[in-house]
Amino acid sequence: MKGKYRRTATFSRELHLGPGGSASSPAAAPQRLPFSRVTVEDLTFFRKTLPGRAITDPDLVQSSNEDWLKSVRGSSEVLLRPQTTQEVSQILSYCQSRNLAVNPQGGNTGLVGGSVPVYDEIILSTSLMNNILSFDKISGILTCQAGCVLENLSLYLEERDYIMPLDLGAKGSCQIGGNVATNAGGLRLLRYGSLRGTVLGLEVVLADGQVLDCLSTLRKDNTGYDLKQLFIGSEGTLGVITAVSILCPRKPKSVNVVFLGCETFDQLLKSFQLCKGMLGEILSAFEFLDSECMRLLNTHLKLANPISDCPFYIVIETSGSDSDHDSQKLHNFLEEAMTSLLVTDGTVATEESKIKTLWSMRERVTEALTHDGFTYKYDISLPVERIYQLVTDMRQHLGERARSVVGYGHVGDGNLHLNITSSAKDPALLASIEPFVYEWTARFQGSISAEHGLGLKKRNYIYYSKSRPTVAIMGKMKTLLDPKGILNPYKTLPDDLK
Amino acid sequence: MSGRVLVGVKRVIDYAVKIRVKPDNTGVVTDGVKHSMNPFCEIAVEEAVKLKEKKLVKEVVAVSCGPQQSQETIRTALAMGADRGIHVEVSGKDYETLGPLQVSKIMAALAKKEDAQLIILGKQAIDDDCNQTGQMTAALLDWPQGTFASEVTLDGDKIKVVREIDGGLETIKINTPAVLTADLRLNTPRYATLPNIMKAKKKKIANVKAADLGVNLTSRLETVEDLVGKLKEAGKV
Repeated sequence: MKGKYRRTATFSRELHLGPGGSASSPAAAPQRLPFSRVTVEDLTFFRKTLPGRAITDPDLVQSSNEDWLKSVRGSSEVLLRPQTTQEVSQILSYCQSRNLAVNPQGGNTGLVGGSVPVYDEIILSTSLMNNILSFDKISGILTCQAGCVLENLSLYLEERDYIMPLDLGAKGSCQIGGNVATNAGGLRLLRYGSLRGTVLGLEVVLADGQVLDCLSTLRKDNTGYDLKQLFIGSEGTLGVITAVSILCPRKPKSVNVVFLGCETFDQLLKSFQLCKGMLGEILSAFEFLDSECMRLLNTHLKLANPISDCPFYIVIETSGSDSDHDSQKLHNFLEEAMTSLLVTDGTVATEESKIKTLWSMRERVTEALTHDGFTYKYDISLPVERIYQLVTDMRQHLGERARSVVGYGHVGDGNLHLNITSSAKDPALLASIEPFVYEWTARFQGSISAEHGLGLKKRNYIYYSKSRPTVAIMGKMKTLLDPKGILNPYKTLPDDLK
Repeated sequence: MSGRVLVGVKRVIDYAVKIRVKPDNTGVVTDGVKHSMNPFCEIAVEEAVKLKEKKLVKEVVAVSCGPQQSQETIRTALAMGADRGIHVEVSGKDYETLGPLQVSKIMAALAKKEDAQLIILGKQAIDDDCNQTGQMTAALLDWPQGTFASEVTLDGDKIKVVREIDGGLETIKINTPAVLTADLRLNTPRYATLPNIMKAKKKKIANVKAADLGVNLTSRLETVEDLVGKLKEAGKV
C-alpha cells in the first residue's frame, strides 16, 4: 500500500505560484516546510478515530483543495470530518505528535487563500459539526458548534424573533467557526458591531489537542486576560474553534431598504452624514457601488438597474421596532436628500421580495466579477473621504491594461472593495497593481485588509499596516500556542518570521 | 369617452414569506406577517400606467377592497403612477369571507359609478389562486374579457389581446369597454422612484363602503379546514 500515495512536493509547488505566477512574488507560496507526510499508519489512526469520515478519495478531496475563487489549489490527500470536539482533540494531539500539518476548513468561502492547503496539509473540516447547542430566548445568546452554516443559524433565529449580528454575501455556505476565525465583518457591522463584541465565548482545541473551554455565555466578565480575543481573527493559526457562543439582536419589526443614485462621491458622503443625522438609531447598513459595478450586474447577471443610471449608488437599510416611526424618519430623510439635490434618483422597498432584490444589487457584485474574467481583489480600509480616490487613481494608473476596475463596499465602515479584472491571469498587470495599491493605502494609514484577512495571499504585506515590533509579538504568540507550527502553516504571518 | 381605467390591487402575504397554518387549522397566520401588493396586480398597475404614458387613457384609478392596511397597497399603486385611489373598506368577518364574487360585484358597481372604459386586474391572487374575479366582473357588466393577457394593444375602440393558453398564444380582438387580466409576461413592473413616492403622498384615496355601492358581501362559502401537508423526511441516495 505504501507506494500508492504520490510524493507531491514539486507538483504542488508549481500549482502554488499564487496570482502572480512568479515564485518570487510576495503572494506566492514559500517552500514546503519539513512536516511529516501522511503514512498508511496515519490513515489507519484517522479511520479508527473517524469511522467513515476520513476521506482519501481524490474526487471528494479535490473540491476542498481549491478556494471559492478558484485562484489557489493545494494537494492534500486527506480530508477529515469530525463531529465532536473530542474527535478534533484526538486528531490534533495525534498530528502534533507526528508533526503533520493541519488546515482547518469551514465553508471555504475565504478570499485570501487561507482556507485551502498549500501543499499536503491535512484538511480538517468542521462541516459535520453543525449542531445548535442552546438558545436563550431572554438574553438572545446562541451557543452552537463551529460548523453551523450562517444562513441556517439566521433561519433558526428568525423563527424565534432574533437575527444573527452579522450578515454577508457568503451566508449560504460560510460557517460560524470560520466567520469567527477570520473576524468577518459584513453588511450589518455598522449597526451591531464586530464579532469582537458579539462573541461571548469560544471553545478552542489547541495544537496539542488540549480543549480550551472559554465558552462563557456572560455579557460581562472581567476575570483575567480575555483569551478568546486571540482566536478571533487568528485564521486557524492559533487553534481550531469548535464552538461559539454569540449575542444575537432581536429581529427588527420594520425593515426598509433604499436604493439611491448620486452624481458625485462627495454627494454620497454628504448623504451619509445626513443619513446618520436623520436616521441614526435605525440605520443598519450603508453600502455603495459604482456605475462599473452596475454595468457588470447588467451584463453578466442580467439584473436591471432599479433606477436611472448614476455614477454612484447607495444601499441604505433601516431596522427598527415601529414601522410608522421608521417610515416617517425615512420619508423626512429622503425628502431632505432630494430637495438638497444630494441624491438624483432612488427607490424604496418595504416588502420582503423587493428588499431581497435591492440587496442583491450589492450582494451579487462579487459574483458578477467572476464572470468578467480573472479578478484581483483588494479589501482596504481608508479614511472615508479617501475611499474612492484609490479607485480613480488605480484606473488612471492601469489605463487600458485592465478590463474593469470597480469599487464598492461598506462605505459606512470606511471599507472599500477594489476589484480589477483581466481576461486571464496577467503577471504584468499584477506587477502594476502591487505594490502600488498597498503603498497608496499605507500612505493614508489605511489597512491593506479590512475584513478579508491575510491568509496566504496577503501574509507578506502585513508590514504595510503593522509595525515590525507588533508583528514580532504575534510571532511569539504563535510559537507559544503552536510550537511546531502545524496549524494552517504558510498563512497569516509573514515568511520572514520563521 | 372618459378614458378612465380601474385597476384592482389586492393586499396579500408577501411571496417571500414562509406561510404558517394556524394551530387550529382554520386558516393561515396573517398577524404581524409581511404583506405586499399581489405580483399580478403590480403587472396590472404597470400596464395601466404605460397606457396613460402613451396617452391612450386619461386616468388610472387604483381600487382595493379590505381593511385599513389596504391603503398601503393603494399608495404603492399611486407611487407607480396611478392618479387616485378608492379604498372599499371591508373588515372583520366580511373580510374573512371576501372572495371573487363579492369583489367582482364591487368592481362592477365602481365601473358604472366611475364611468370606466377599462378594468385591468391581475389574473389571480397568490393567496387563493382563484383566477375568477376578472371573469366574474366581465360577466356582471356584460363586457368582453381578455384574460391571461401577455400583450395588449389598443386599436381605436377595440383591443387586441394576446392570451397565454395551454396550446401556446391566442390573439383576440375585443370591443371596449372591457376587462383584462394580466399574466406574468405582460410587462415588468417598474420600481416606484423617489419623486413619484413623494408625489403619491399627496394623491387622494377616497373611502367607500360596499353598502354604498349596493353590494351585499355575504358569502355562501365556508372554510371547513386548512391543512398543511406532512413534511417528508429527506431521502437517502
